[in-house]
Amino acid sequence: MVRLTDVERSLIRDVWDKVNTDEVGPEIISRILIVYPWTERHFGTFGDIFTITAILQNSRVSNHGKVVLQALDRAVKNMDNIKLMFQGLSRMHFEKLNVDPESFRLLADCITIAMACKLRSAMNPEVQAAWQKFLYSVVDAMNKQYH
Amino acid sequence: MTSLNAKDKDTVRAFWDKVSNYGEDIGRDALCRMLAVYPQTKTYFAHWKDQSPTSESAKKHGITVMGGVADAVTKIDDLSRGLLGLSELHAFTLRVDPSNFKILAHNIMVVMAIMFPVDFTPEVHVAMDKFLAALARALAEKYR
Repeated sequence: MVRLTDVERSLIRDVWDKVNTDEVGPEIISRILIVYPWTERHFGTFGDIFTITAILQNSRVSNHGKVVLQALDRAVKNMDNIKLMFQGLSRMHFEKLNVDPESFRLLADCITIAMACKLRSAMNPEVQAAWQKFLYSVVDAMNKQYH
Repeated sequence: MTSLNAKDKDTVRAFWDKVSNYGEDIGRDALCRMLAVYPQTKTYFAHWKDQSPTSESAKKHGITVMGGVADAVTKIDDLSRGLLGLSELHAFTLRVDPSNFKILAHNIMVVMAIMFPVDFTPEVHVAMDKFLAALARALAEKYR
């Protein structure tokens, strides 16, 4: 179990407060598709995701990013319950969607970078450390139902 | 990361000479271990009826993969060029996350250690590790 200190929780809530999920959401999936193109494997039903232009204009890509950040929002509000919270999602991503969990790690890093673009110096090293600790605990929870 | 030097290549070729007759066994066991120890790798085989580590599909695939490794030994002097076709296959069709190459390489070496405890010395281990890493890099070359 990842133990977040009170200081870390406060930093995570503060930085998350500054994130506009409608702005950052669309960025995260487009980033993972552009930076790690093999992840397009998971989005066979999303239509045209084969050029940078197509990816950036694809509404299913931007919507999925928002869906992911909505889940993260629930996690920020329930930091003690992350493993339980993501049990169903983990099982679904494994059993139905056949997602390689390495992709969760890659997406986590894309989320941090997308946030950094918007937040700039507000994402200082201390904030980044706390944020990533939280994010990796979500990645960990998403791995738990793979068997 | 340093590239394969002449000594590494000689070591890999010499070791492979000793073990090549067991290539299919190594492949089957390595694939089985990969699926059993790293269950997330099963996500690439949803098209198999039976994704269990000892299934016929898994055994067959282990043989295929090890055939690729055997071929790569003969192309050890120019893996990029030699594995171009396979690199394109993995990049554009299979889209296997490259982190999985390291996982499979590890399992191949575990099997080698089990089957050839005397020959799989630390020197052979490091040469084989470097070779499999170079193989993985060549496979990932067309990814982006």
